[in-house]
Amino acid sequence: MPTIYDIDTGGKAPALEARDLSVFYGSKVAVKEISLTIPANRVVALIGPSGCGKSTLLRCLNRMNDLVSGARVEGEVAFRGKNLYDTDVDPVEVRRRIGMVFQKPNPFPKSIYENTAFGPRINGFRGDLDSLVEQSLRQAALWDEVHDRLSDSAYALSGGQQQRLCIARTLAVKPEIVLMDEPASALDPIATQRIEELIYELKKEYTIIIVTHNMQQAARISDYTAFLYMGELIEYGPTESIFTNPREERTEAYVTGRFG
Amino acid sequence: MSQPTGAAGSEVFDPAALAHKRTRNLAEHVIGLLLFLCAAASTLITVGIVLVLLRETISFFSSVSLIDFLTDPQWTPLFQEKHFGILPLAAGSFMVAAGAAVVAVPTGLLTALFLSEYASERLRAFLKPTLEILAGIPTVVYGYFALTFVTPVLRALFPSTEVYNAAAASIVVGIMIIPTISSLSEDALRAVPSSLREGAYGLGATKLEVSTRVVLPAALSGVIAAFILGISRAIGETMAVTIAAGQMPNLTLNPLESIETMTAYIVQASLGDTPHGSIGYQTLFAVGMTLFLITLAMNIVSQLILSRFREAYQ
Ligand SMILES: Nc1ncnc2c1ncn2[C@@H]1O[C@H](COP(=O)(O)OP(=O)(O)O)[C@@H](O)[C@H]1O
Ligand SMILES: [Mg+2]
Repeated sequence: MPTIYDIDTGGKAPALEARDLSVFYGSKVAVKEISLTIPANRVVALIGPSGCGKSTLLRCLNRMNDLVSGARVEGEVAFRGKNLYDTDVDPVEVRRRIGMVFQKPNPFPKSIYENTAFGPRINGFRGDLDSLVEQSLRQAALWDEVHDRLSDSAYALSGGQQQRLCIARTLAVKPEIVLMDEPASALDPIATQRIEELIYELKKEYTIIIVTHNMQQAARISDYTAFLYMGELIEYGPTESIFTNPREERTEAYVTGRFG
Repeated sequence: MSQPTGAAGSEVFDPAALAHKRTRNLAEHVIGLLLFLCAAASTLITVGIVLVLLRETISFFSSVSLIDFLTDPQWTPLFQEKHFGILPLAAGSFMVAAGAAVVAVPTGLLTALFLSEYASERLRAFLKPTLEILAGIPTVVYGYFALTFVTPVLRALFPSTEVYNAAAASIVVGIMIIPTISSLSEDALRAVPSSLREGAYGLGATKLEVSTRVVLPAALSGVIAAFILGISRAIGETMAVTIAAGQMPNLTLNPLESIETMTAYIVQASLGDTPHGSIGYQTLFAVGMTLFLITLAMNIVSQLILSRFREAYQ
């Protein structure tokens, strides 16, 4: 059984709750009966050695795993009291409310403006698109760098800027939760630092679940940390406890860098 | 030949080991030369064809002015009263190509979208080869299919349809070029990185939105290049249009009338008894040159578009 600390949800309802969640690729189990409570307006980090199921777990939380042929999910993910895996749930609606930022920046081959406006456009946004684009780019701390060249191709931006554009694009849909899968792993240290500062700002309005293989990063930016090992949740609790005083031997071995 | 020496250490290193090996050098040269000859041969053949075309075309234009060729509305080089206006033939070719595009562009594009974005791997593995069979049917079969099936249907629908008509030819040529358009478009669509699809799904896009608003625009230049290649095939198509569209140079926009395309004229004139060196004989080359220039231009345009496409995403 995993060691799970009391999670202080700050008096609010949890943003997301996984219950006995298992994921199979064919007959292979990638995630084993994980239960996890995500408090609202917090940053939760998922850490663990490569292949332990972090991305798989993350992708289950907004039903991105539906797109992987051969993936099968058991268990529940509760979002505002509704199980996202109920048969009457439309994954398209889920992903509007629970957005995702990927490991490699993946802007569309369109202008900076059109990238940001893409989500609102397909979701039938009625209102002032220009100001929504500006607001989203500001939230992603990109506005000052691009405000005078919104019609340039997104590919004219640096990797770090592209990733912030992808974050802006996600924010423009106004999700409640943002999932990030190693969002800085393809970036240089300075770009990484900007993303980390940005995440710190964003948790005021959003709940963020971030996968990272960088332990210092998890320690710096997250409030809670979940350590996964071979598809199982080993330990989940306040980041400080996980890093300074883990109760599980495997957690300690991992956070002190003895394996992984 | 020097002995191959083992790893450094035990043996004394002989600097001669780094020298050129004679037999290997010879083999390299022979193979290089052979490959060069093959490349040179195909280039020479192409140049030769163009030179022959050019020579006869030049003698043609020594007796017919370029202005007449481009503006005279009649094409009657084999009659007593000769006219050498390419317009009726060019119009015939373009009408067939345009009709074929109307049939093949939407069908080919939708097929490509279906195969690349919607079909399961298994369905795709079945449909793709089936489609390629279409490309393997001899064009003469398409011609008779037009004549014996499409034309009777058209005549039932539109009684004014002539026995030989541009519409039937357009339809079968359209069917003929669907595989070209769908398979090249599909290649372009599938080359779009799946990370772009994921990004769009992550924003709450439906499959239709992902296909039409992300994948298709990202692949657009490749798709347009596929259209152009398909249409240039339609312009060059010979057998089916000769059989089904007729041999009546006719400057018209009515697809139900009999017409003649540039390719069909070449067939007609080369089968007839035009004496070598006569003006009738030279028209073959003038028309051939025109056709060559048109398809060349279309191929160049599609190459230009494709090379832009390679830079479209990282
Ligand atoms: N699409 C897939 N098909 C089959 N197996 C997969 C697939 N994606 C991931 N896996 C497997 O599931 C396990 C967990 O992978 P993943 O969630 O990507 O781990 P992490 O993100 O922690 O590195 C790995 O053993 C991986 O090989
Ligand atoms: Mg991963």
